[in-house]
Amino acid sequence: MDKAQTRSEIVQRDAETLAKIFEESRAIRGVSLWQDAWRRLRRRRAAMISLAALVTLCVLAMLTPLIPFQSPIDKDLRNRQFLPPEVAAVSLGNRAGLNFADGSLATELIRFETETATLRSELNAEQNPAQRLALAESLSLRRTVEHPFHQLWNNLSGVSWWMCRARVAMFGDYAIPSLFGTDKLGRDLLSRVFWGLRVSLLVGFVATLVSLIIGVTYGATAGYVGGWVDTLMMRIVDTLYSIPFIFVVIFLITFLGEDSVKAKLESWGVNQLMIFYIVIGAIYWLTMSRVVRGQVLSLRQEQFIEAARTIGASPARIVFRHLVPNVLGIVIVYLTLTIPAVMLFEAFLSFLGLGVAPPDVSLGLLLNDGVEALSSIRLFWWVVVFPGATLAVTLFALNFLGDGVRDALDPKLKNRG
Amino acid sequence: MGDLIRYLANRFLWMLLTVWLVYTVSFFLMRAVPGNPFSSERSVPPAIERQLKARYNLDAPIMVQYWEYAKGIITRGDLGWCIRLEDYSVNRVLAEGFPVSASLAIFGLVFAIGLGIPAGVVSAVYRGSAADHSMMMMAVFGIAIPNFVLASLAILLFVFFIPLFPAGGFGTLRQIVLPAICLGAPVAAYIARLTRAGMLEVMTREHVRTAFAKGLSKRAVMLRHVLPGAMLPVVSYLGPATAGVLTGSLVLEKIFAIPGMGSHFIAAATQRDYTLAMGMVLAYTVLLFVMNTLVDISYAIIDPRVKLS
Repeated sequence: MDKAQTRSEIVQRDAETLAKIFEESRAIRGVSLWQDAWRRLRRRRAAMISLAALVTLCVLAMLTPLIPFQSPIDKDLRNRQFLPPEVAAVSLGNRAGLNFADGSLATELIRFETETATLRSELNAEQNPAQRLALAESLSLRRTVEHPFHQLWNNLSGVSWWMCRARVAMFGDYAIPSLFGTDKLGRDLLSRVFWGLRVSLLVGFVATLVSLIIGVTYGATAGYVGGWVDTLMMRIVDTLYSIPFIFVVIFLITFLGEDSVKAKLESWGVNQLMIFYIVIGAIYWLTMSRVVRGQVLSLRQEQFIEAARTIGASPARIVFRHLVPNVLGIVIVYLTLTIPAVMLFEAFLSFLGLGVAPPDVSLGLLLNDGVEALSSIRLFWWVVVFPGATLAVTLFALNFLGDGVRDALDPKLKNRG
Repeated sequence: MGDLIRYLANRFLWMLLTVWLVYTVSFFLMRAVPGNPFSSERSVPPAIERQLKARYNLDAPIMVQYWEYAKGIITRGDLGWCIRLEDYSVNRVLAEGFPVSASLAIFGLVFAIGLGIPAGVVSAVYRGSAADHSMMMMAVFGIAIPNFVLASLAILLFVFFIPLFPAGGFGTLRQIVLPAICLGAPVAAYIARLTRAGMLEVMTREHVRTAFAKGLSKRAVMLRHVLPGAMLPVVSYLGPATAGVLTGSLVLEKIFAIPGMGSHFIAAATQRDYTLAMGMVLAYTVLLFVMNTLVDISYAIIDPRVKLS
């Protein structure tokens, strides 16, 4: 009796201990790789400042059409050439050459819209089908050609168009003064820098994404399949490495820039910027594939993969649940270093006249203009300093962020603060 | 030694394969571009265009052109006549431009190594000091500023405001200083960062602790035991660095008016000078391949664990 009681007591005590341990283990929150990395990244001031700067730049670049900048393409050869930075307010659309009603974009927009509205009501009232067709044609022609936006902005896409509308609705004719000065054709440099940043960032991100997709797929395949497939695939990469790609790219771009080819591509909905992304992305994947393949190769030997296999995880689960997250760290690090490289490459190509073509703007193109305007006689420093500084700040931030992320994800630096 | 010879033979075969690949791709890319070298705005009478095409063998079927041109290169080393450059054979353009481009590239690389490695060593040894921070800032600067911007600023500063160097041309040492610095700056920045990272990595190893424990001076440990190990990533970066320098020289030759290969290349590609562009691409490919091979060999010399294969 006594014995039985003690035994039941022991059992109960054990159960209590177990429950306590269970409780405790529940209270412990596991720290995932990413949480840990984020915590360490947050402690690095340079990386955090870079991250903040990058986010700011990206948001500004995305919202560029919404911000009341001046027109990036409206030239004023008469009296705004090479103006140094100034703070005199500017009103949109008051240049005489634009022929806007009242010299105001907002008024002109209203005038235009009432005109098209009357045209449309005429169209609706019209019964004769032939007349109707002619009217509809002239209406659409007016909209695509004569809209006042076409004189101030180039080739606005759907979203940017509505952002420009919203901007006129919000700010009217107000435009930020030429804080960065004007260029050799009298265009406002501040707005050009932001429109250029938009294109440059887009090129950087999209081309890097293209290279990411190609590189990770290729590298992971080679690493995971292994054997002669791996040898062959890496041999191909080695061979491609020794090709001076810049020259092939120059060929490709001159080829794809040919008028007839361009027209054909445009009929498929591919414009020059898109070609640009794909071409650049297609040459930057080599290193990425090597890095990913190396990682996958060494990870395949790791015990946790073996363990996963022993408990019966499927190959797909092993790849996506165990391999990919481990490769992701190095891929992100490499991404933050590829984006600046791609942006520099874009600048380089634009400088050679093979990149983004006017009237589109990019930072590389602006720098090219700036370098041309540099002379010893009169120092137009602002045409090179502001685009250069914008590019440098962006690349700076990306580089610092890349370093920070690499250190944060480096297991060797764990617990070292 | 036998290893080395086998390795070189192997590499040579790969080079031939690469060159053939580049030749084929560029050949068909160039021919796929609509228009030909003679279809400029100032139109040539059709009869003369026919004769010109016959002269350059452009009227033959494309596969015949492909083989004929390849045969010329292999049997006679003849890259043909320039189509747009007056009275120049491609071989002559290369013979004149190659030494110029190569010496510019070598000066640039030497400058990059000479600046990058000491900077990296200093900032690793005095980690966290003001010197370290400022040098690494400079390095990011060097990476983030395109070298054509650097070149224009340098011209403005050192040619016009402080007339130390001539604005362009090639031949004297003074003329080569500015372009070589601009060419080497980004490479120097990378090398400095790689050296620093490599040094910091090696410093945590056991053999360094042993070296300190047996009483070697800090200087001896750093230079004899840490630096060689830290050189491996730098050496393997020299391959891409060469490619970068060659690419950069395209722009710098334009800015500094240097009569190298790069200055011809862009014009050749945009004006569809088939023969010249092809010659350039092949020359750059061979150059890059040779450089990569040298890098691999020196890698094997520095690191005994690496086997040439």
